[in-house]
Amino acid sequence: MRRYGLRGIAVFYLLAVLLGPLAMVFYRAFDNGLHPLWASLTDTNTIHAFNLTLEITAIAVPINTVFGVVCALAIVRQRFPGAGIVNALVDLPLALSPVVVGLMLFLLYGRTGWFGGWLSHHGIQVLFATPAMVIATIFVSLPFVAREVVPTLRELGDEQEQAAHTLGASGWQTFWRITLPSIRWAVIYGVVLTTARCLGEYGAVAVVSGHIEGRTETATLRVQDYYENFNTTGAYGIAIVLAAISVLVLLAMTLLKPKEAV
Amino acid sequence: MSIEVRNVSKRFGSFQALDDVSLDVGGGSLTALLGPSGSGKSTLLRIIAGLEQPDTGSIHLAGEDATGVAPQQRGVGFVFQHYAAFKHMTVRDNVAFGLKIRKRPKDEIRARVDELLSLVQLTGFGHRYPSQLSGGQRQRMALARALAPEPHVLLLDEPFGALDARVRAELRVWLRRLHEETHTTTVFVTHDQEEAMEVADSVVVMNEGHIEQVAGPRELYDAPANDFVMRFVGEAITFDGELVRPHDLELVLDADEWTREALVARVVHLGFDVRAELVGDDGAPFTVQLTRDEAERLELVPGEIVFVRQKRARQLA
Repeated sequence: MRRYGLRGIAVFYLLAVLLGPLAMVFYRAFDNGLHPLWASLTDTNTIHAFNLTLEITAIAVPINTVFGVVCALAIVRQRFPGAGIVNALVDLPLALSPVVVGLMLFLLYGRTGWFGGWLSHHGIQVLFATPAMVIATIFVSLPFVAREVVPTLRELGDEQEQAAHTLGASGWQTFWRITLPSIRWAVIYGVVLTTARCLGEYGAVAVVSGHIEGRTETATLRVQDYYENFNTTGAYGIAIVLAAISVLVLLAMTLLKPKEAV
Repeated sequence: MSIEVRNVSKRFGSFQALDDVSLDVGGGSLTALLGPSGSGKSTLLRIIAGLEQPDTGSIHLAGEDATGVAPQQRGVGFVFQHYAAFKHMTVRDNVAFGLKIRKRPKDEIRARVDELLSLVQLTGFGHRYPSQLSGGQRQRMALARALAPEPHVLLLDEPFGALDARVRAELRVWLRRLHEETHTTTVFVTHDQEEAMEVADSVVVMNEGHIEQVAGPRELYDAPANDFVMRFVGEAITFDGELVRPHDLELVLDADEWTREALVARVVHLGFDVRAELVGDDGAPFTVQLTRDEAERLELVPGEIVFVRQKRARQLA
């Protein structure tokens, strides 16, 4: 009885909080038929927004993947003073509101900010342009790869790496042939989470983008734009595409992952 | 290839793992580092391999100072207690690893791996993954992997520690035979005195970061350098304020000037041997080992009073 009770609560919670609203979005998107939905999705500015989101994601994910793995290796494998602080700092973007992140970048790259004056003097536009949006996205999606890789590295231990060393492998060879293959699922899972976070980022990007239609508007900003202009079909349509990408990525993950690693 | 350890000390935080240790290991020998846990034996082995750096002192391999040399360049093979198998590689790829790193020709690698797999009796297991092997097979694979690049020195850190008793016994014999075939200088760490005595030519007894004695198995047993070695290698008991072996004592039914009185507490039959558990006249328990014939002649029963003396005392008399 208690078993069924627990299951019931878990299923009800998932339905009410996750699946219900998601189903609602799908339902409402098709409310006015396919034609207005297609028109909203193929609008030039919408396509630009999708392209911009993909572009930012394509830059942020590889950078954060490399950084995340390097960071995890430093935290787990190196004994240095301050490793604990680095470990805690990696989590900072999770604790900080994205709006605060946006404001911080504003203060740094704004015309009166630390770097803003120098950059605008040299004709480099950061704020209200792609660079600031990329930086904001990198900031908020930074922890995911490191968070996945750190526990896996700890569990793995360093005996295999030491064995590789005694067999003549350099640090670089050991990383590519031993360490990376051993942590690959953690890295892939981290990449999936990072990608999802990049696609869905709103707060920090909203602050630094300037929200210029057709120029600095990402897919999530476009959702808000449509919604505020009473084009709910368009807003739900973009939301569906974003949700569909996430579901596809998750599905691919589940199918790819070997059984014992789940 | 000979190994010389010169005045090596190593500290981990407040723990002194090695304290001014010096040791010579002859080329082609088979040496055991024997000691209780925390005696520094594994640390010494890892320093020889270059996996740890000594705080002070130096390591010489074949007469050359190797203290600052990276483990990759030392020409040592290392076998870990928990195998350190490359889990994402097949047995073949595990064994071939050191050869691939050295960019040997493919044909040569294939031939060498085949030769090693047959040496460790894993022919036909080449395409399995380590998770599909038993513990003993994994350790044999790890040995083949360490031997593949033809190391000058083979180092094994408690290589049979994680295996069950029967597999252990097999692998001991096998290691001994392997050494007789290859004559690679071999050093292995163990806390099992029986394993050290059975396999090694030379045993280094370690305790609390020091070397207590270096000797052949027989000398170690017959002429231990101090009480620690006597107690650690083989059984030892205190009799008349002196440390003796249980089989150096004999039981008699009549008292004389060399005997002491004891009460039989228990008689344990161990096949051919019989172990008599006694309580001395000072109240301290001790054991005496005797043959079954002796025990039957004495008709030992718990509760009986017997007389104990050292065999040596009778010979002197």
